[in-house]
Amino acid sequence: MRDFVSGRARTIPPSGIRRFFDLALTMEDVISLGVGEPDFSTPWNLCEASIYSIEQGGTSYTSNRGLQTLREALSRWLAQRYGLTYSPDREMVITTGVSEGLDIAVRAITDPGDEILVGEPCYVSYAPCVTLAGGTPVPVACGEEDRFRLNPDRVMERLSPRSKALIMNFPNNPTGAVMRREDLKGIADIAVDHDLLVISDEVYSELTYDGEHASTATVGDLWERTITLNGFSKAYAMTGWRIGYLCAPEPICDAALKIHQYVMLCAPVMGQIAALEGIRKGEAEKDQMVREYRVRRNLIVDGLNRIGLSCHVPEGAFYAFPSVASTGMSDHEFAERLLKEEHVGVVPGSVFGEGGKDHLRCAYAVSREDLKEALKRMERFIAANSSS
Amino acid sequence: MDEKDLLLLHLLEDNSRLSIGELAVMTELGPQDAECRIAALEAAGIIRGYNALVDWERAGTGEVAAIIELKVNPERDYGYDRIAERISRFRQVRSLRLITGAYDLQIIVTGKSMQDIARFVSEYIAPMDRIRETATHIIMKSYKENGHAFLEKESGERIPFSP
Repeated sequence: MRDFVSGRARTIPPSGIRRFFDLALTMEDVISLGVGEPDFSTPWNLCEASIYSIEQGGTSYTSNRGLQTLREALSRWLAQRYGLTYSPDREMVITTGVSEGLDIAVRAITDPGDEILVGEPCYVSYAPCVTLAGGTPVPVACGEEDRFRLNPDRVMERLSPRSKALIMNFPNNPTGAVMRREDLKGIADIAVDHDLLVISDEVYSELTYDGEHASTATVGDLWERTITLNGFSKAYAMTGWRIGYLCAPEPICDAALKIHQYVMLCAPVMGQIAALEGIRKGEAEKDQMVREYRVRRNLIVDGLNRIGLSCHVPEGAFYAFPSVASTGMSDHEFAERLLKEEHVGVVPGSVFGEGGKDHLRCAYAVSREDLKEALKRMERFIAANSSS
Repeated sequence: MDEKDLLLLHLLEDNSRLSIGELAVMTELGPQDAECRIAALEAAGIIRGYNALVDWERAGTGEVAAIIELKVNPERDYGYDRIAERISRFRQVRSLRLITGAYDLQIIVTGKSMQDIARFVSEYIAPMDRIRETATHIIMKSYKENGHAFLEKESGERIPFSP
């Protein structure tokens, strides 16, 4: 029998953290800083709104674009919050999480042979999505020397005549780095000069702790060449509901909508109802969660630096990204031994691509108690290894 | 009072046992600054005290609690204040509020037994001159106190790693 698996599916690598996942499952008393999702439950008023809607029979499809009321509310909110102007009827699609938003965005713009620049380290699905769409991912390192921000010079180095778009994610998973408006101006100039599109994943935008979140499409002339992706998973603790949204100029949005309607039809209505409640009445709960994340960030950054793992202050998301260079171990070795010897789960930075080498991703979306215990165990691990 | 003071209040309300060092790190303040701010909040009467939140049912002391609502004739010039002050002096009274609705005052009372509470109400509260009517509700079970749920949490099913 011939091998039925497509070349593209064969090309993409499995997730780099699978080994750790399998190992952790065999252990007890593991404190995992490996989970990239809020440890809060979805605020109860959002759940109630969804439950009530189900009781009223709200279990059907919605329009392909998503609930009109949700798009209208989002359009107003994006304008107020970030100065983003998108028409709810022509420039917006509610997606099944940002993951789907990314997939349809990439597929809407990629032809075979196109090169798509990807700011790395980044969420693990960007490059595989490009490959699956027939494009070629081209990594652009956002290293520690650039404070994990996207440096225009490094983008220039990776440009080629086949470059079509740039995918970026700020606040960033896994580094917590944030691009300020002035940082984005350099990117805007390149995009205009070299006729690039920018896909901007801003799912952590509400988790920006220091200063304001500058949305990519509001900088320079970027609006007409930006696809903005965002969603409810992180800020509203709604990971399992799978609700995101894609905003883009009409022709690109139409192309993405076509793909969306063929593969997904529409996002789940229950999640859309909960998201609508979040936009309308979820501000206080969200603010409370953001305040707690900020407190935890301060705890973990202080703790990591204290035990000798140098860590910049992440200005957004809920990840600390310390360096393990001082220990003489690689990030993979450190993470694996830390899990085996002290039962603390962290993710090696190189899993997230160039620029992540010699770092760890530590998600601080865990309770303060777990955070303190994890730091205590990491300190013991480092002490044991520096004396040997 | 600024944002840092508010954060200190939230953190202390949630857990008043946090050390000055921890509070300083969490709020991005210097330890001395944090200490001074807390002292100022105490001096201003904004922080009224530091308590443990106890689930007495679990402690198994057999103590019971009741919500007692009172209809009160207010006093000329003083309104409800003087009678409220008298009631609040009883050791059994854990909290006392002026409320709107069918009743005027609401108190939460604790005692060794239901009879203990009944005796307290009938002997001390009901006979007061200005009390017109009382309604006693025994608290059967506390599900949430001061923002803390007393329910057993189901263990989460988070996967140990995710991208």
